[in-house]
Amino acid sequence: MSTHVTTAATGSLWEGGRSPYLTNSKKFGMWLFIISDSLTFSAMLFAYTYSRVSNPDWPTPFHFSPSIIFSSVMTFALLTSSLTMVMAVHSMNRGNRAAAARWLLATMAAGATFVGLHLTEWMNLINHEHITAFGNEWGVPQFGGTFFAITGLHMTHVVIGLIYLGVICQAVMRGKFKAEDVEVAGLYWHFVDLVWMFVFPLVYLMSARV
Amino acid sequence: MSTHVEEISGHGPGIPTFAKVWAALLAMTAIEVFLAYMQTPMMIMLTVLLGLSVIKAALIIAYFMHLKFERLSLFLTLFPMLIFCIVLMLIFLGDAYRIPMMRPPV
Repeated sequence: MSTHVTTAATGSLWEGGRSPYLTNSKKFGMWLFIISDSLTFSAMLFAYTYSRVSNPDWPTPFHFSPSIIFSSVMTFALLTSSLTMVMAVHSMNRGNRAAAARWLLATMAAGATFVGLHLTEWMNLINHEHITAFGNEWGVPQFGGTFFAITGLHMTHVVIGLIYLGVICQAVMRGKFKAEDVEVAGLYWHFVDLVWMFVFPLVYLMSARV
Repeated sequence: MSTHVEEISGHGPGIPTFAKVWAALLAMTAIEVFLAYMQTPMMIMLTVLLGLSVIKAALIIAYFMHLKFERLSLFLTLFPMLIFCIVLMLIFLGDAYRIPMMRPPV
């Protein structure tokens, strides 16, 4: 894939026949998806904020122990998985497929840890705080609606990411796919991490109870 | 084992940079959790959390997602539109402040 190498010819990059972004189409496609998905999450976080501002009795169900400690460990797992993902891309760029596959597996392990802890945290909320998507003891059903929608959609993204990385990982092990494919998967994975960087403070920490 | 020669892209940051970014992200998260533990007043808390979140997002996008090392045209195509659309959503937020005052007393 060296079709996008710039030539020394005169004229603007934007006159056609060349890639103005000097990037491959897969990466650009993933960027477009990420931007549109950011708008989805932005709209949902906005809906959360709107509901919160319009309900003075907004619930604060997250006790420091276990909820905040749990979600902090989840944040750590996700941030670390981003680092291992970067290392996978780095190894792949250097042509070391075995290392790339190991880093990908480490990323998936951290992602799976995140999902496991998140489900435990959900169960804690449902069973001990009696919060469901439709009601709670504070009498503000919007809390459960927005909370489970945002975190549920995020968890769906993590699960899809695990499947995506699994497909990439087995292909890398078999000597298929190129470095750019791992990089594009990395973009998706970092985006999932990025979204959590907003969900964790706005949803969890702003409703913490010591 | 693959027999074909892999493409090698030499540009971009190295492992120490990634480790530093990761440490910075963890440190900022720790500050956020500490603020929650101290039960900081709502508006200060919200301002600091949003500020730190934007910095963390910028670090992830710039270094982990490699955007700092792409052409500027890619950034200019993607992000001004995104920020503009997010700001547009905030137009409705004023309504949310009025709703509690419009409820009939129970």
